Amino acid sequence: MRAATNPLHLAVALDGAGWHPAAWREPDAQPDRLFTPAYWVDLAQRAERGLLDFITIEDGLDLQSDDHFRRDQRTDRVRGRLDAVLIAARVGPATRHIGLVPTAITTHTEPFHLSKAIATLDYVTDGRAGVRVQVAGRADTAAHFGRRDIGELSIDRFSDPDVQRLVSEHFDEAADYVEVLRRLWDSWEDDAEIRDVATGRFIDHEKLHYIDFAGRWFSVKGPSITPRPPQGQPVVAALGHASVPYQLIARSADVGFVTPRDRAHAAEIAAEIRAEQAKAGRDGVHLFGDVVVFLDDAAATARDRRQRLDERAGAEFSSDAHIFAGTPAELADLLLDWQAAGLTGFRLRPATLPHDLAQVTDALVPELQRRGAFRAAYPAAGWQGTLRGLVGLSRPTNHYSRELVRQATEGERSQ
Amino acid sequence: MTKPIKQIHLAAHFPGVNNTTVWSDPAAGSHIEFDSFRRFAQTAERGKFDFMFLAEGLRLREQNGQIYDLDVVGRPDTFTVLAALAAVTEHLGLTGTINSTFNEPYEVARQFASLDHLSGGRAAWNVVTSWDAFTGENFRRGGYLAQGDRYERARTFLRTAGELWDSWQGDEVVADKSSGRFLDTPAPGAFEHHDRFFDIAGQFNVPRSPQGRPVIFQAGDSDEGRDFAAASADAIFSRYSTLKDGQAFYTDVKGRLAKFGRTRDELLILPAATFVLGDTDAEAADTAHEVRRAQVSPQTALRFIEQLWNRELPDFDVDGPLPAFDPVVSENLVSQGRASVRQFAKDPVALANEWRARAEAGHLSAREVVIEVTGRQSFIGSPETIARTINDFVQADASDGFILVPHITPAGLDPFVDKVVPLLQELGTFRADYTGTTLRDHLGLAPLARQGGAAAVRAAS
Repeated sequence: MRAATNPLHLAVALDGAGWHPAAWREPDAQPDRLFTPAYWVDLAQRAERGLLDFITIEDGLDLQSDDHFRRDQRTDRVRGRLDAVLIAARVGPATRHIGLVPTAITTHTEPFHLSKAIATLDYVTDGRAGVRVQVAGRADTAAHFGRRDIGELSIDRFSDPDVQRLVSEHFDEAADYVEVLRRLWDSWEDDAEIRDVATGRFIDHEKLHYIDFAGRWFSVKGPSITPRPPQGQPVVAALGHASVPYQLIARSADVGFVTPRDRAHAAEIAAEIRAEQAKAGRDGVHLFGDVVVFLDDAAATARDRRQRLDERAGAEFSSDAHIFAGTPAELADLLLDWQAAGLTGFRLRPATLPHDLAQVTDALVPELQRRGAFRAAYPAAGWQGTLRGLVGLSRPTNHYSRELVRQATEGERSQ
Repeated sequence: MTKPIKQIHLAAHFPGVNNTTVWSDPAAGSHIEFDSFRRFAQTAERGKFDFMFLAEGLRLREQNGQIYDLDVVGRPDTFTVLAALAAVTEHLGLTGTINSTFNEPYEVARQFASLDHLSGGRAAWNVVTSWDAFTGENFRRGGYLAQGDRYERARTFLRTAGELWDSWQGDEVVADKSSGRFLDTPAPGAFEHHDRFFDIAGQFNVPRSPQGRPVIFQAGDSDEGRDFAAASADAIFSRYSTLKDGQAFYTDVKGRLAKFGRTRDELLILPAATFVLGDTDAEAADTAHEVRRAQVSPQTALRFIEQLWNRELPDFDVDGPLPAFDPVVSENLVSQGRASVRQFAKDPVALANEWRARAEAGHLSAREVVIEVTGRQSFIGSPETIARTINDFVQADASDGFILVPHITPAGLDPFVDKVVPLLQELGTFRADYTGTTLRDHLGLAPLARQGGAAAVRAAS
């Protein structure tokens, strides 16, 4: 038995018809509805019935490709997607408890626009917004914007110093980007709107702050046009497979998605990120293990299904994340084992939708509940019902009001 | 031959961040909580309106070096709030103002295509353009655009977005489980665009949306702006809401359509208009007077005077006469981020003389002059008067309808929907219920043929 004070956090990653390339051909798949709002509302509501912490929604500024470095010409895979932030916004009013974490690309977009978009998602959902930041390294994606040349990458060139420098720069830019998001969210103090009829002032302009960010890739003056969102700071997440993105997670994110191969690897990754985090003087960073899941009542059924899907796809399924095929009870064993190695939660990637999502909500979650490892109900409204509240994070103090307090204190000392 | 009776198009403008919005009213609610937007949109839909409209400003306005604090400050992200509103409405069109200067075509095109999918074909884009370095300070693109380039870049931006929307024909996704073909082509969404503004190529990643592309709105008023609209817009958000000015604008713009190969019903003209309702015309007039005084408080009147005189006037008494001295003529303005100030800056000395002349003729205080000169045409009267006036304006070709701007958030639209809409429906010139599903349907615009997105903007090239 485990202590109920160390609850497991669970998220589900939604992408197209599921993470297996042949998922869209399953009998229960709905590939003709991928571009309709009802498809996404249905999935989010299913996840919410399973009391999950949040869903993530994948995105990209390019057509999906089996090749990580360039576009392919395949016609037998799901291709095309809607903007993930807007899917989340469309799903927001149709859900009440579950956190919504769309993916946004930092490489070609404006931090000012994304900051107000996520702040608005937070208003729309009464504090359930997050964002998963992702870099875009493909040269053909850069050509959609025409503002910078990114050399063509390939797996054989990946260890070239030039390529490594480029990757590193993308993540440096992402770190600056998150810094700007966070400063803009704080650029209004919570009580800036005063509506003082006597003086005619709607806001106290002393409580709005220029962020004056100047960096290598952009400068942003601020303040935001959108007041500070309900959570203060919506949840920022990032996925990492190596030291450079681990630094982004440790220094900038609230939730890191990582891809351990096994328990020992989970411990190794956690140790590296926790060390970076300590250097940065931060606490409260979640580490979620990403796992692709094929789930059935019998382990053999799940393995057979995986094999059948591979045959349909014409290739053995591979993933950056560990691939699990088995029963929900076996998965529960694995999750609790890896959790003990230093993870705080998991982001499960359903191999097929809706089947594997239903297995998570209808079988895995009850199994974890029986073991005292997962919530029995969502908390009532209020702070605990926000996304930060669900994952056990407090409402952060506003950076600028802290700054003012510090300046005032120093002023007193110097007098 | 009698002129056919026109159907009226109505839209609702969410109260904006300017002094039209009276936040000091006890009934005024939040400008940022989603409930205000939900309530406003659902009221518009109850009134069978064509669409709701959101404005945008990408930098908080400033005056005298400080963030302007007398009006509502703060608003949500346009795309995000419209996508959320798609969840709580079924028919209402969702029109967002999005700046073409501080965005890139690929991203904006996919956001609008996504919104159109997520709303079942109800998206519209009010295309605006900007060049000011002040707003540019919030963006990595910066304020690099020369003023002379702004229409050219906006035209090019819109044309490029049209190419992206048309890069999918609409039948590429076959999703045939048995044959294993998801796409019927290996390279959907292929596009290529090279000019001095955009040098881009690749594949667009959103399949064709229900309307093919969002409905396109423009607000340009210069000769160049009118041509831009006549060539490429589905509707104009105009400022001419008086009968005479409206008719002149209407005739001019509709007259330009032929040279772009378009018919008169392919472009709707929809002026913005405020309204004040009362049980009687006299009661409405009294209320309207009070609303104007609330919109131009003594503090607000002083700020307007400072904008025209282009200097701080800390001890100025707005209940006395206008300043006797002339405005400061300078490139540097005390007010930033506000379009109206450019009107003031054209010839401030002449405009100040005009204001003084009005003050003298009407024996008006400085504040009273500001109340007069900054007033927008409003429909003021009983429900019967307003219904009749709106119908007369539309039938007399001063417009095809109106974008109504209530002054109270979010309930300001309710009396119009409850009292005026039924009268227009009785007149038979406003729909009793929605008959279509898309915004194009509501506006009476024919569905686009494939490639319709680019066709509509080709003339802009």
